[in-house]
Amino acid sequence: MAALTDIPAPRSPQGAGSARGARSRRTGRTNYELYAWVFMRASGVLLVVLIFGHLFMNLIDGDGISAIDFGFVAGKWASPLWQVWDLLMLWLAMIHGTNGLRTIINDYTERTGTRVVLKTALYLAFTIVVVLGTLVIFTFDPCPAGAPADLLPSFCTG
Amino acid sequence: MPEAPAGTLYRGREGMWSWVAHRVTGFLIFFFLLVHVLDTSLVRVSPEAYNAVIGTYKNPIMGIGEAGLVAAIVFHAYNGIRIMLVDFWSKGTRYHRVMLWVVVGLFVITMAGFLPRHLGNVFGGH
Repeated sequence: MAALTDIPAPRSPQGAGSARGARSRRTGRTNYELYAWVFMRASGVLLVVLIFGHLFMNLIDGDGISAIDFGFVAGKWASPLWQVWDLLMLWLAMIHGTNGLRTIINDYTERTGTRVVLKTALYLAFTIVVVLGTLVIFTFDPCPAGAPADLLPSFCTG
Repeated sequence: MPEAPAGTLYRGREGMWSWVAHRVTGFLIFFFLLVHVLDTSLVRVSPEAYNAVIGTYKNPIMGIGEAGLVAAIVFHAYNGIRIMLVDFWSKGTRYHRVMLWVVVGLFVITMAGFLPRHLGNVFGGH
Protein backbone atom coordinates (compact mmCIF):
# COMPACT_ATOMS: atom_id res chain seq x y z
CA MET A 1 0.00 0.00 0.00
CA ALA A 2 1.30 3.41 -0.90
CA ALA A 3 1.54 6.00 1.86
CA LEU A 4 -1.16 8.15 0.29
CA THR A 5 -3.86 5.55 0.85
CA ASP A 6 -2.94 5.20 4.52
CA ILE A 7 -4.53 8.49 5.58
CA PRO A 8 -6.91 7.13 8.26
CA ALA A 9 -9.79 9.45 7.53
CA PRO A 10 -9.41 10.78 4.03
CA ARG A 11 -10.91 13.89 2.54
CA SER A 12 -14.62 14.38 3.06
CA PRO A 13 -15.22 11.35 5.28
CA GLN A 14 -18.92 10.92 4.48
CA GLY A 15 -18.26 10.91 0.75
CA ALA A 16 -15.18 8.71 0.62
CA GLY A 17 -16.13 5.17 -0.30
CA SER A 18 -14.19 2.26 1.08
CA ALA A 19 -12.13 0.16 -1.25
CA ARG A 20 -14.30 -2.88 -0.59
CA GLY A 21 -16.62 -2.24 -3.49
CA ALA A 22 -20.04 -0.98 -4.32
CA ARG A 23 -21.93 -3.11 -1.81
CA SER A 24 -20.27 -1.68 1.29
CA ARG A 25 -20.48 1.78 -0.25
CA ARG A 26 -24.26 1.46 -0.52
CA THR A 27 -25.02 0.42 3.02
CA GLY A 28 -25.08 2.78 5.97
CA ARG A 29 -24.49 5.91 3.92
CA THR A 30 -26.69 8.90 3.43
CA ASN A 31 -27.03 11.49 0.71
CA TYR A 32 -25.72 14.14 3.10
CA GLU A 33 -22.92 15.29 0.80
CA LEU A 34 -25.33 15.49 -2.14
CA TYR A 35 -27.71 17.70 -0.18
CA ALA A 36 -24.77 19.86 0.93
CA TRP A 37 -23.68 20.20 -2.71
CA VAL A 38 -27.20 21.20 -3.81
CA PHE A 39 -27.52 23.61 -0.88
CA MET A 40 -24.30 25.43 -1.84
CA ARG A 41 -25.75 26.16 -5.29
CA ALA A 42 -29.30 27.01 -4.20
CA SER A 43 -28.16 29.27 -1.36
CA GLY A 44 -25.43 30.74 -3.60
CA VAL A 45 -28.00 32.07 -6.07
CA LEU A 46 -30.07 33.64 -3.28
CA LEU A 47 -26.98 35.05 -1.55
CA VAL A 48 -25.86 36.84 -4.73
CA VAL A 49 -29.18 38.74 -4.72
CA LEU A 50 -29.30 39.27 -0.93
CA ILE A 51 -25.69 40.40 -0.53
CA PHE A 52 -25.60 42.60 -3.64
CA GLY A 53 -28.79 44.28 -2.39
CA HIS A 54 -27.22 44.67 1.07
CA LEU A 55 -24.01 46.16 -0.36
CA PHE A 56 -26.00 48.52 -2.59
CA MET A 57 -28.12 49.83 0.28
CA ASN A 58 -25.25 50.17 2.76
CA LEU A 59 -22.20 51.11 0.66
CA ILE A 60 -23.47 52.68 -2.59
CA ASP A 61 -26.85 54.31 -1.94
CA GLY A 62 -26.81 57.74 -0.25
CA ASP A 63 -23.50 58.48 1.45
CA GLY A 64 -22.46 54.84 1.72
CA ILE A 65 -20.35 53.77 4.67
CA SER A 66 -20.13 57.29 6.09
CA ALA A 67 -23.92 57.36 6.65
CA ILE A 68 -24.07 54.15 8.67
CA ASP A 69 -24.89 54.58 12.34
CA PHE A 70 -27.47 53.41 14.88
CA GLY A 71 -30.18 55.56 13.26
CA PHE A 72 -29.47 54.03 9.84
CA VAL A 73 -29.81 50.46 11.16
CA ALA A 74 -32.94 51.35 13.15
CA GLY A 75 -34.47 52.97 10.07
CA LYS A 76 -33.83 49.85 7.99
CA TRP A 77 -35.14 47.40 10.59
CA ALA A 78 -38.31 49.46 10.99
CA SER A 79 -39.30 47.73 7.75
CA PRO A 80 -40.22 44.02 7.86
CA LEU A 81 -38.65 43.67 4.39
CA TRP A 82 -35.14 44.40 5.71
CA GLN A 83 -35.70 42.30 8.84
CA VAL A 84 -36.57 39.28 6.70
CA TRP A 85 -33.79 40.17 4.22
CA ASP A 86 -31.14 40.30 6.95
CA LEU A 87 -32.45 37.20 8.74
CA LEU A 88 -32.39 35.19 5.51
CA MET A 89 -28.94 36.54 4.66
CA LEU A 90 -27.63 35.65 8.14
CA TRP A 91 -28.86 32.07 8.04
CA LEU A 92 -28.01 31.30 4.42
CA ALA A 93 -24.57 32.93 4.56
CA MET A 94 -23.68 31.21 7.83
CA ILE A 95 -24.75 27.74 6.63
CA HIS A 96 -23.09 28.31 3.23
CA GLY A 97 -19.89 29.57 4.84
CA THR A 98 -19.81 26.90 7.53
CA ASN A 99 -20.23 24.18 4.94
CA GLY A 100 -17.44 25.76 2.89
CA LEU A 101 -15.13 25.82 5.91
CA ARG A 102 -16.11 22.21 6.71
CA THR A 103 -14.97 21.24 3.22
CA ILE A 104 -11.69 23.11 3.66
CA ILE A 105 -11.08 21.42 7.03
CA ASN A 106 -11.82 17.99 5.51
CA ASP A 107 -9.40 18.72 2.68
CA TYR A 108 -6.41 19.92 4.63
CA THR A 109 -6.41 18.26 8.05
CA GLU A 110 -4.63 14.95 8.15
CA ARG A 111 -4.93 14.09 11.83
CA THR A 112 -8.31 13.18 13.30
CA GLY A 113 -7.66 15.22 16.43
CA THR A 114 -6.98 18.39 14.46
CA ARG A 115 -10.11 17.84 12.41
CA VAL A 116 -12.29 17.32 15.47
CA VAL A 117 -10.92 20.43 17.19
CA LEU A 118 -11.35 22.65 14.11
CA LYS A 119 -14.86 21.41 13.36
CA THR A 120 -15.93 21.79 16.98
CA ALA A 121 -14.71 25.40 16.90
CA LEU A 122 -16.47 25.93 13.56
CA TYR A 123 -19.84 24.59 14.73
CA LEU A 124 -19.54 26.49 17.99
CA ALA A 125 -18.90 29.73 16.08
CA PHE A 126 -21.83 28.91 13.78
CA THR A 127 -24.20 28.39 16.70
CA ILE A 128 -23.13 31.50 18.60
CA VAL A 129 -23.28 33.81 15.57
CA VAL A 130 -26.59 32.52 14.21
CA VAL A 131 -28.33 32.57 17.61
CA LEU A 132 -26.91 35.99 18.50
CA GLY A 133 -27.75 37.50 15.10
CA THR A 134 -31.29 36.09 15.13
CA LEU A 135 -31.93 37.38 18.65
CA VAL A 136 -30.62 40.82 17.71
CA ILE A 137 -32.95 41.08 14.70
CA PHE A 138 -36.01 39.97 16.69
CA THR A 139 -35.37 41.82 19.95
CA PHE A 140 -34.01 45.05 18.47
CA ASP A 141 -35.38 48.22 20.06
CA PRO A 142 -35.01 51.23 17.72
CA CYS A 143 -35.81 53.69 20.53
CA PRO A 144 -34.02 52.49 23.69
CA ALA A 145 -35.04 54.41 26.81
CA GLY A 146 -32.50 56.95 28.04
CA ALA A 147 -30.49 57.13 24.82
CA PRO A 148 -29.65 60.62 23.48
CA ALA A 149 -32.34 61.64 20.98
CA ASP A 150 -29.80 62.79 18.37
CA LEU A 151 -28.50 59.22 18.03
CA LEU A 152 -31.95 57.75 17.42
CA PRO A 153 -34.02 57.57 14.23
CA SER A 154 -36.39 60.51 13.79
CA PHE A 155 -39.54 58.40 14.36
CA CYS A 156 -38.57 57.88 18.04
CA THR A 157 -39.26 61.51 18.91
CA GLY A 158 -42.27 61.94 16.62
CA MET B 1 3.05 12.19 11.09
CA PRO B 2 2.44 11.37 7.41
CA GLU B 3 4.34 13.41 4.90
CA ALA B 4 2.41 15.92 2.83
CA PRO B 5 1.31 14.40 -0.48
CA ALA B 6 3.83 15.29 -3.15
CA GLY B 7 2.68 17.79 -5.75
CA THR B 8 -0.31 19.76 -4.64
CA LEU B 9 -0.61 21.42 -8.04
CA TYR B 10 -3.68 19.89 -9.62
CA ARG B 11 -3.94 20.69 -13.30
CA GLY B 12 -2.98 24.34 -13.13
CA ARG B 13 -4.40 26.92 -15.50
CA GLU B 14 -7.81 28.57 -15.30
CA GLY B 15 -9.70 25.63 -13.77
CA MET B 16 -7.42 25.18 -10.79
CA TRP B 17 -6.64 28.83 -10.14
CA SER B 18 -10.30 29.86 -10.20
CA TRP B 19 -10.94 27.06 -7.69
CA VAL B 20 -8.10 28.35 -5.47
CA ALA B 21 -9.39 31.94 -5.71
CA HIS B 22 -12.92 30.77 -4.90
CA ARG B 23 -11.66 28.97 -1.82
CA VAL B 24 -9.49 31.83 -0.59
CA THR B 25 -12.21 34.47 -1.10
CA GLY B 26 -14.82 32.25 0.58
CA PHE B 27 -12.52 31.72 3.56
CA LEU B 28 -11.93 35.48 3.97
CA ILE B 29 -15.62 36.38 3.56
CA PHE B 30 -16.59 33.84 6.23
CA PHE B 31 -14.31 35.39 8.85
CA PHE B 32 -15.54 38.87 8.01
CA LEU B 33 -19.10 37.60 8.40
CA LEU B 34 -18.38 36.40 11.96
CA VAL B 35 -16.97 39.81 12.90
CA HIS B 36 -19.75 41.66 11.08
CA VAL B 37 -22.55 39.90 12.97
CA LEU B 38 -20.75 40.65 16.25
CA ASP B 39 -20.29 44.35 15.45
CA THR B 40 -23.91 44.70 14.29
CA SER B 41 -25.05 43.03 17.51
CA LEU B 42 -23.83 46.12 19.38
CA VAL B 43 -27.08 47.85 18.32
CA ARG B 44 -28.55 45.75 21.13
CA VAL B 45 -26.06 47.17 23.64
CA SER B 46 -26.49 50.90 23.04
CA PRO B 47 -26.51 53.43 20.19
CA GLU B 48 -23.22 54.83 21.53
CA ALA B 49 -21.49 51.42 21.50
CA TYR B 50 -22.64 50.67 17.94
CA ASN B 51 -21.66 54.11 16.64
CA ALA B 52 -18.24 53.90 18.26
CA VAL B 53 -17.41 50.57 16.62
CA ILE B 54 -18.97 51.34 13.26
CA GLY B 55 -16.98 54.58 13.34
CA THR B 56 -13.80 52.53 13.01
CA TYR B 57 -15.16 51.16 9.72
CA LYS B 58 -15.07 54.69 8.33
CA ASN B 59 -11.34 55.33 8.66
CA PRO B 60 -9.32 55.13 5.43
CA ILE B 61 -7.49 51.88 6.24
CA MET B 62 -10.76 50.10 6.98
CA GLY B 63 -12.25 51.74 3.88
CA ILE B 64 -9.59 50.08 1.75
CA GLY B 65 -10.24 46.82 3.60
CA GLU B 66 -13.94 47.13 2.69
CA ALA B 67 -12.97 47.61 -0.95
CA GLY B 68 -10.99 44.35 -0.69
CA LEU B 69 -13.94 42.63 0.98
CA VAL B 70 -16.31 43.75 -1.77
CA ALA B 71 -13.78 42.59 -4.39
CA ALA B 72 -13.68 39.16 -2.72
CA ILE B 73 -17.50 38.99 -2.60
CA VAL B 74 -17.92 40.10 -6.23
CA PHE B 75 -15.41 37.51 -7.48
CA HIS B 76 -16.92 34.76 -5.31
CA ALA B 77 -20.42 35.66 -6.56
CA TYR B 78 -19.56 35.75 -10.27
CA ASN B 79 -17.34 32.69 -10.12
CA GLY B 80 -20.07 30.90 -8.15
CA ILE B 81 -22.47 31.53 -11.03
CA ARG B 82 -19.79 30.20 -13.38
CA ILE B 83 -19.50 27.03 -11.25
CA MET B 84 -23.26 26.52 -11.50
CA LEU B 85 -23.11 26.96 -15.27
CA VAL B 86 -20.31 24.39 -15.44
CA ASP B 87 -22.45 22.02 -13.32
CA PHE B 88 -25.85 22.51 -14.90
CA TRP B 89 -25.38 23.90 -18.42
CA SER B 90 -24.76 21.17 -21.00
CA LYS B 91 -21.95 23.20 -22.62
CA GLY B 92 -20.60 24.47 -19.28
CA THR B 93 -17.48 22.35 -19.17
CA ARG B 94 -16.58 23.24 -22.76
CA TYR B 95 -16.75 26.96 -22.03
CA HIS B 96 -15.42 27.02 -18.46
CA ARG B 97 -12.25 28.89 -19.50
CA VAL B 98 -14.11 31.49 -21.54
CA MET B 99 -16.53 31.90 -18.66
CA LEU B 100 -13.67 32.61 -16.25
CA TRP B 101 -12.55 35.49 -18.46
CA VAL B 102 -16.16 36.71 -18.58
CA VAL B 103 -16.11 36.57 -14.75
CA VAL B 104 -12.87 38.57 -14.68
CA GLY B 105 -14.31 41.11 -17.15
CA LEU B 106 -17.54 41.56 -15.17
CA PHE B 107 -15.49 41.79 -11.97
CA VAL B 108 -13.41 44.64 -13.43
CA ILE B 109 -16.54 46.48 -14.63
CA THR B 110 -18.28 46.08 -11.25
CA MET B 111 -15.25 47.24 -9.28
CA ALA B 112 -14.75 50.16 -11.68
CA GLY B 113 -18.28 51.24 -10.78
CA PHE B 114 -17.99 50.55 -7.06
CA LEU B 115 -14.50 51.82 -6.18
CA PRO B 116 -14.89 55.54 -7.11
CA ARG B 117 -18.22 55.66 -5.27
CA HIS B 118 -16.96 53.90 -2.13
CA LEU B 119 -13.54 55.57 -1.97
CA GLY B 120 -15.32 58.90 -2.49
CA ASN B 121 -17.40 58.17 0.61
CA VAL B 122 -14.34 57.07 2.59
CA PHE B 123 -12.00 59.89 1.57
CA GLY B 124 -14.66 62.47 0.71
CA GLY B 125 -14.38 64.23 4.06
CA HIS B 126 -17.79 63.71 5.63
